[in-house]
Formats: sequence, C-alpha cells, structure tokens
Amino acid sequence: MSLAPDPHFSPVEPTSSPARTLPPRLLRITNPSLATGGALVLFILVVAAMAPYIAPYGPNQVDYSAVLQGPSAHHWFGTDQLGRDQLSRILFGARTSMEVSVGALVVGAGLGVPVGLFAGYYRGFLDTWVIMRIIDAIQAFPFLILALVLAAMLGPGSRNAMIAIGIGLVPTFARTARAQMLQELGKDYIDAARVVGCTHARIIFRHILPNALTPIIVQATLAMASSIVAEASLEYLGLGVQPPTASWGSMLQSAQGYLQLAPWLVLFPGLALVFSVVSFNLLGDGVQRWLNRKIS
Amino acid sequence: MRYVIERFITTIPVLFFLSIMVFSFIHLIPGNPAEILLGQDATPQAIHALDAQMGLDKPLLMQYLTWLLNVLRGDLGTSLVDHEPVSQLILQRLPVTVELAFGTMIVAILIAFPLGVAAAVMRGRVADFVAMFAATVGISVPPFWLGILFLLLFTVKFHLVANSLYVPIWQDPLKNLECMLLPCVATGIREAAVLLRMLRSSLMDALGEDFVRTAWAKGLKGAAVTLRHALPNALVPVLTAGGLQIAGLLGGLVITEQVFSLPGFGQLLVQSVFSRDYTTVQGTALVAALIVIIVNLLIDLTYSRIDPRIRTDGRMEA
Repeated sequence: MSLAPDPHFSPVEPTSSPARTLPPRLLRITNPSLATGGALVLFILVVAAMAPYIAPYGPNQVDYSAVLQGPSAHHWFGTDQLGRDQLSRILFGARTSMEVSVGALVVGAGLGVPVGLFAGYYRGFLDTWVIMRIIDAIQAFPFLILALVLAAMLGPGSRNAMIAIGIGLVPTFARTARAQMLQELGKDYIDAARVVGCTHARIIFRHILPNALTPIIVQATLAMASSIVAEASLEYLGLGVQPPTASWGSMLQSAQGYLQLAPWLVLFPGLALVFSVVSFNLLGDGVQRWLNRKIS
Repeated sequence: MRYVIERFITTIPVLFFLSIMVFSFIHLIPGNPAEILLGQDATPQAIHALDAQMGLDKPLLMQYLTWLLNVLRGDLGTSLVDHEPVSQLILQRLPVTVELAFGTMIVAILIAFPLGVAAAVMRGRVADFVAMFAATVGISVPPFWLGILFLLLFTVKFHLVANSLYVPIWQDPLKNLECMLLPCVATGIREAAVLLRMLRSSLMDALGEDFVRTAWAKGLKGAAVTLRHALPNALVPVLTAGGLQIAGLLGGLVITEQVFSLPGFGQLLVQSVFSRDYTTVQGTALVAALIVIIVNLLIDLTYSRIDPRIRTDGRMEA
C-alpha cells in the first residue's frame, strides 16, 4: 500500500457535511421513546376523553339481532354475546381504565410523596424504624395480592379500586421522594433557606419538592402502566368497576367463555390494554432517558 | 457478620407492621363481618354467636394479641366456609404455585439468557434492537391475556394441548407437564423480558470493565471473554434483582391460576375473597408477604456472601 498522499484528500471538511443538512435541534427526534410514547399517551387520553363523541354506539346498547358477530363494516371489532358493539365498549373502557389508574396514581403519590419527603427530612428513629419499615411491610405484599385483598375488603366500585391499587403504589413514591430529599438536603440552597428563617414545611414543599419532582414524574409514568394492568386484572377477577360499565378486564373475563364461538372478543380488549401499557412504558423510558441526558 | 445481624434486626419491625396490617384487613370491611357473612335475615343471636367465634366481641388489642399468638404457633385460624384450618388449606395449595413459579423462572431464564447475552455483545446492532423491542413488548403484555390467547390458540383452535384438570407431578409427570406448560410460558415471557433488560445492561457494564480488557489482551476468544469472564460478574446484580421479582411473580400467578383453573394458592385467595372467607383471605395474604420477606432476606444474605464489599463497608440504608 502506497503511503503517498491522496490527491483528493483535503484536510478541510466539505461545506455540505451531513451535520449541516440536518434540521434544527428542535425538529430532530433525539429521543424516539419520548416522542412516540408522548404521542401515543396523548392519543389514549384524547380517545378516553372523547369516547361519548367518537364511539359509534352506546357502550351498553344491546342488540339481540347482532349477537356475537365478527368484525364487519358496521361493527369494526365485532359484537359480544348481548350484541353490544366492541369498539364502543373498548373506547369507553379506555375511560374507565384511565380514570381508575389516574385515581390510583393520585392516591399513591398523594400519600407516598409527603411521607417520603417527611421521612427523608427528619430522618432519625421515626424514619428508620417506623416509616420505612411500614413501607417495607406494604411492599412485602405482592402488588396484585394487596390490591385484591383491599378491593375485596373495601367492596367493589371504581373508587375502592383506586384506593386498593393506590396503596400498593405508595412504597414506590415514598422511596423515590425520600431518596430525592436526601440528595437535596446537603445542598447550599437549603442552608440558605434555613438561614433566612423558612419554616420546615416551607423548605420541604416550596424549596425541595420542586427540585425533587422530575424523578417522581418518571415514577408516575411507569406506575401508570402497572396500574392499568392491575385495574384490568382486578376487573378480570370480578372486582373493581362493576358491569355493565365497560372495562377491558371484565370484557376479557366474559370473552373467555366464548373462545370457540367468538375469538375476536379476547383479541381487541387485550390489544387495547397492551397498546396503552406499551405507550406509558415508552413515555416513562423516554422521560428517564431525557432526564439522564440532562443530568450528564 | 454485622451486616447479617443488622439485616435480621431491621426485619423485626417489618414483621410487626405486617402483622398489624394483616390483622386490620378484617376491620376494613364496612359494617360487621359476621352480619355480612350471615346475610340480612340473620338473627341478632346468630350474629352474636359468630362474633364470639371470630373473637370480634373482645377489645381490639386483645383480638390482635390472641391472633398474633395463634399465628406464631402456626395457627392461622379456621376457614369460615370449609371449617378447616387455614394453614392446612394453604399447604394443600402451595405446591401447585411453587411448581408454577419454578416453571416460570425456568422459562424466563431459557429465553432471557441467550437473548440478553446476544443483545449485550451485539450492542447497537439489529439483534440488540430486536431483543430490546421484544423486551418492551414482553413487559407490557399482561400474562393473563397471553394466557387466554394461548388457550385460544393451542387448546381451542389447534387442539395441541388439552385443557385438562391439574394432575400433581408425582402422579403423572407427563400430564402434569401438559397442564403446566402453557401457564409457565404465559407468565414466563414477562419475567423473561424483565430479566433480559437487566442482564443486557449488567453485561454491558461488565464488558466495559478493565478485567475484560485484560482478558482480550491475553488473547482469549470472544466467547471465552463473554461467558467465562464478563457473564459471572454480570450475574450478581441480575440474580439479586431477579430474586426481588418474586413479589411481582407471586401476584401475577394469582391471576394465571385463575385463567388456567389451577388449584393453587392464588385460586384459594380469589375463591375465599368471593366466598367472604375473611380468615382465609387474611391467612393467604400473610403467607404471601412472609414468602416475599424470607426470599428477600435470603437473597440479601447470599448477596453479601458473593460480594464481600457489602459485608465490610455496606452500611444499612433504609
């Protein structure tokens, strides 16, 4: 191989380098999970909110002349054993799913975050031997078993399902909030706030909480995915929202009795479930990646 | 040794709070449990008698202490429906769930290991992308839906696997395999996805370490470097995290057992929830939580044996 200089080689990069032809930073998708997840979650939320306007039929509109029909132009996702339109029920089911999952999130974060912040701020005996050990004890219950037992004890209904699932989420939020609190406590701005005479409550909620919020939001997105599954599981088992309210879990449960006659009945509610869980997982991963990049 | 003692001591308050929680489950029921159990037509005398049988007529503290002492002696109470000891009901059902859990983990390991190693070695290439996409989907598919789909495909459509009643492994291993295969795969896929993600990132970290560079520099071949040097080091965090999956797995099995009508621990829980057999609900919830606590404790202790750094300077963090 000759070591003579290449006559075509120029040390200066040509002006039309690929880097220059790329669109501006804002238009470039640097984080596909965040973009896709965000768009899909937005889509689900819009569908859930607009269900009464976009659903072709009422969710409980019974039509005995169209029982167990396969997908067709009239009923895109087919009909169930009562002739109810599956597409409409899935759209309304999105509503139930989002309502219960967001409610569970509010319960979980509403209890977990203050408890975690408080434990991290005061530390000491109460933190190590009481609060965190209660959190350990809650966490010792398998998530679904805790939700199942609580839902059974509290009784059926969407509000009780929210509480049952929400309590299972408390440990995750409490731990995240506590870890953030410990990280923030050593920083100078806290000392500054103390010096100017801020109360403890003001330091915790006005100064530290805003700085601790981002990881909590990541947790919330990921917790949304597990609440959706937990909600569907409870309804599959017959707890949670009661019939005739449309929900994906109860649709799957009744569909299991028609596997031979109407296999599409298990397909579409399950796909809706997977679609929403994938969307929230993607969004969670995306937010986390975005955060990591911001920190580094 | 200090770590071991500390770990045991911190478990005591957890068990204490756990006992309070399980005990108070029955008091979360709106209204009187005896009244709910007996129905609206029950006479006050009958309600009173059941109250006395369940010990609900005593002061709360006495109720708790009696219950706790009984639990410590291994007595979880008597089922309100079957009138059998709850501990016996649980022991009858537990083998099915344990078998299901082991089967699930075997399926998970068989899927996750080859894919995880391939993804880490071929980082950033198509194989990695495919494995990670599969993992994202695998994590998001609820095992119970997958279970129903399996029933639809393999039992209803193609008649490959009969949907037979559960047969214990010691009676007929082949029949047992037939009824356990689908549930294990349905739950195992999700666990595999979780394991795969952990294994990939842990192995990628290990492959970037100095000792791996040394192994390369010694002239070792690719497979030897990955499997003999990097993989064992990558396994420690994966095994710990994998063990911690047990809580999620136990919860998931409850619903898998329901889908496949397996007479396990989870089915007992669901059945007693619907028959309002509160003592059995209490007992099963307690046993589930205890299993999780014991498994986590064992993993922590094993972890400290494998990785001496935890024993020497691992201060307990809450």
